[in-house]
Amino acid sequence: MIMDEFLIRALLAGVGVAIIAGPLGCFIVWRRMAYFGDTMAHSALLGVALAVLMDVSITGAVFVVAALGALALIALQRRAPLSSDALLGILSHSTLALGIVIVAMMTWLRIDLMAFLFGDILAVSWADIILIYGGGAVVLGILAMIWRPLLAGTVSGELAAAEGLHPERARIIFMLLMAAVIAIAMKVVGILLITSLLIIPAATARRFARGPEMMAVLAATAGVVSVMAGLSGSLAFDTPSGPSIVCAAALIFLMSLIPTGLKRGPAHEGNMR
Amino acid sequence: MDSTVQSTVPSGQPLIAARGVGVKRAQRWLIRNVDLTVHPGEIVTLIGPNGSGKSTTVRTILGLIRHDVGTIERAPGLTVGYVPQKLSIDWTMPLTARRFMTLTGRHPVAAIDAALDEVGLTAFSDRDVQVLSGGEFQRLLLARAIIGQPDLLVLDEPVQGVDATGEIALYELIAGLRHRLGCGVLLISHDLHIVMAATDTVICLNGHVCCSGSPKAVAESPEYRTLFGSRAAEALAIYHHHHDHAHLPDGTVVKSGDADDHVACTHPEHHHDHG
Repeated sequence: MIMDEFLIRALLAGVGVAIIAGPLGCFIVWRRMAYFGDTMAHSALLGVALAVLMDVSITGAVFVVAALGALALIALQRRAPLSSDALLGILSHSTLALGIVIVAMMTWLRIDLMAFLFGDILAVSWADIILIYGGGAVVLGILAMIWRPLLAGTVSGELAAAEGLHPERARIIFMLLMAAVIAIAMKVVGILLITSLLIIPAATARRFARGPEMMAVLAATAGVVSVMAGLSGSLAFDTPSGPSIVCAAALIFLMSLIPTGLKRGPAHEGNMR
Repeated sequence: MDSTVQSTVPSGQPLIAARGVGVKRAQRWLIRNVDLTVHPGEIVTLIGPNGSGKSTTVRTILGLIRHDVGTIERAPGLTVGYVPQKLSIDWTMPLTARRFMTLTGRHPVAAIDAALDEVGLTAFSDRDVQVLSGGEFQRLLLARAIIGQPDLLVLDEPVQGVDATGEIALYELIAGLRHRLGCGVLLISHDLHIVMAATDTVICLNGHVCCSGSPKAVAESPEYRTLFGSRAAEALAIYHHHHDHAHLPDGTVVKSGDADDHVACTHPEHHHDHG
């Protein structure tokens, strides 16, 4: 089979993003932060709009806006008596709407909104790939360094803090890593679907993992398979690549439920013992 | 052996010393004027009704809550093993008992096996923590807290969900650990019976320290009886009962003018208005 260069680039980019997203996605699932991740991703469009307005690097602007958004959310959650759920809902959709409005107002520029919202993996350049693998290596390296305090803090922040770890610091670093992943992955799956590439492979991995580290590796693996399957499907059926990858991920998740059935769950576990 | 436990006089530098500590939230003092020290090898137990600030005190001393007044001194390089009151592990995280043991630090396999064995969980080491029963999980929490051989063991209601026999076994384990590791133990409990027998110092809390001292002294103090009513007398009976089994001349040892056998009362008014 002869592969065009743009396909090789697309595959490399997708695989790279999946490998980064898997381990981070596990923490999103464990910490029940899916909505939080969504909110950060949606704020990325605001970053795109600002980057175009100020003529700076889109990736950089997205990272900064998503990171600031996450830190603002942490600060708000500490103070406001408002439920995080409502807070996230407000921020998630207002930043997305604001981004779209600003992009639409810039009539002198032609911005392909769809490419940002749903990704344009077939358009990734070699420079993008270098960014994905370089940035990804840094992200995963930092994640490995904060793994213990972050994991302990996920189980119990108080326990981790009482025994001298710094779970709060680890959490803030994790937020920054999330912002970096959103900036890196935006081109591949798009702003609206980034969270799915984080959580679906992790959810798939849960069933087969015996420990947190194993789950991180399996999530990355499931993500890589999803990217390959989705990209092939996209080519075969001429469907948009980002949504195709997410569909493939969801399909793999569903298939992962089949062999053992729905045995594992708090409600059922009690009956089994 | 029990006689040495009873006459243990704390010596040397305290592991942790809180003086006049108060925590105020939303215009209300959660705790106020709390003095508390834990020495190496000493078991200090906090008792008090619900909402009396036991957990708040412990969490403040651990540095998890900011205190508004007072000072908290920690021995330099103090290592802590902590059993929190509430801990639920999300179902989405695959975590075996064995992996749980290295949550906050690396430990050799042999140490993990030894700690699990000590609490009788060897057979459960490869089980997911979420399927353990309440009592098994409490024992796992204890094993995890002691595996690093901490200087200070902090246990917030360590026997919840444990049946009566298991409870006694757990307290015996804790008392044994204190001797083996030489660690200080700060314990929260509302189980008066066993606490009274297995502790060196009791601090009776009700927003402030209402009385403190040796278990016997506290049990006989009027503040304590006001706070706990008839349960208090019952606990005292059990306390004496345990003494019988220690084969001590009944009463005389305790009565023999032990210096720290008096009640340190920091609440001069001597009345308690528990609304």
